[in-house]
Amino acid sequence: MRDGEPLVRWAWIGDHVDELAHYTGVHLRLGLLPVLLGLLISIPLGILCHRWRWAYPPTLTAANILYSIPSLALFMIFVRYTGLTERTVMIPLTLYTLSVLIPNVVDGLAAVPDPVRQAATAMGFSTVRRVVQVELPIAVPVVVAGVRVAAVSSISLVAVGQLIGQGGLGYYITRGLQLDFPTPIITATVLIMLLALVTDALLVLAQRLLTPWARGKGAAA
Amino acid sequence: MNGFLNQLSLVGDWLTSSQQWHGPDGIPHRLLEHLTYSGLSLLFAALIGLSLGLLVGHTGRGAFAVASVANLARAVPTFGLVVLVVTLAGLSTAPVLVALTALAVPPILINTFEGIRGVDPDARDAARGMGMTGWEVLLKAEVPMALPLILLGLRVAAIQVVATATVAAYPGLGGLGRFIVDGLARNDYELVIGGSAVVVLLALVVQAVFTALRRVVVSPGLRAPASGP
Repeated sequence: MRDGEPLVRWAWIGDHVDELAHYTGVHLRLGLLPVLLGLLISIPLGILCHRWRWAYPPTLTAANILYSIPSLALFMIFVRYTGLTERTVMIPLTLYTLSVLIPNVVDGLAAVPDPVRQAATAMGFSTVRRVVQVELPIAVPVVVAGVRVAAVSSISLVAVGQLIGQGGLGYYITRGLQLDFPTPIITATVLIMLLALVTDALLVLAQRLLTPWARGKGAAA
Repeated sequence: MNGFLNQLSLVGDWLTSSQQWHGPDGIPHRLLEHLTYSGLSLLFAALIGLSLGLLVGHTGRGAFAVASVANLARAVPTFGLVVLVVTLAGLSTAPVLVALTALAVPPILINTFEGIRGVDPDARDAARGMGMTGWEVLLKAEVPMALPLILLGLRVAAIQVVATATVAAYPGLGGLGRFIVDGLARNDYELVIGGSAVVVLLALVVQAVFTALRRVVVSPGLRAPASGP
């Protein structure tokens, strides 16, 4: 850092509000679409793993192995196929969510009390209808707990995508390093944390709306 | 599929050319750097995270603070933090190690804490009833029962440290990320993909080490299927 340079130059932030808003939007898209895709993959896979328990350990091991691969390396492997595009960032981020979402879907389904399941069957629910209308809603709190972890991690990981030119607010992190200018780096880092925390709070709210029966009982963590 | 085979043969060419195995730009030297950064950070983080986690878990005091710190820490973009540290403190290893350590403490802390908290109260009472002191309850009853979660925390921290140490090549640190960052700068895809392959291999080894560790140290009675990332 140059001598005499303040830690944060507030005027810079004021001058860049529009641009910051644009990159914030991009950042949210890059961070949250993978969580949505991950959920769309994890729900059916979780249901299958719940039904056929033997399939669960290998599925989880595969998801954990994917999770252990550093994002930078995984981005580079996909560059070959999808180029320097947003997809190259979103595919690895989607894969990362699986190691959190699949076990939470399975645990959530496992937490459905047996009498509830039997009651649904006795009322004439078909298996599919029972899973969709009875078991999945009961699993919501555990699934949302996983979605919260996945969303927060995903939003903070997006920035690494800047190394292939697609990092949302990560743009300001590399820019600040090139210019030896800490203001954009601090601004982007704080904004990313805020995005993650606000998303987390909104997910807690969404869970309360999705599970009206749990309200007021002090349940749902 | 053709692309994948091409990629594999690129990796093969790169790995087998002799220049990759000598000098400061060689794989052994970069791997050693990477392992030094990751190992030291993980060691410091484990010392801090385990002792705090055991303390908070055993006494039950400060639980809320631990949960909040862990939640907040997950939101920190590692890339931003590392670049910021280099911009503010200049390019040297020590500040980056501090950042890596800071990022690795929360997963260890929260899982250790949750593990100890989650121990069956009956088992804790039984240990106390057998005349164990507070320390004995902690070390002979609580820690063995909390081991699966403690190991999970260490594994998540290790994965994060290895990944962040890779990214730390961008602001100029050594380690395996250098291959990727330099390859990108030079438009040398062979270097990028070769470096990525080495990083992936290291990640797989870390994962395997923790799986093996779990087999060895966790009591057979506690071995439920692994969960969590």
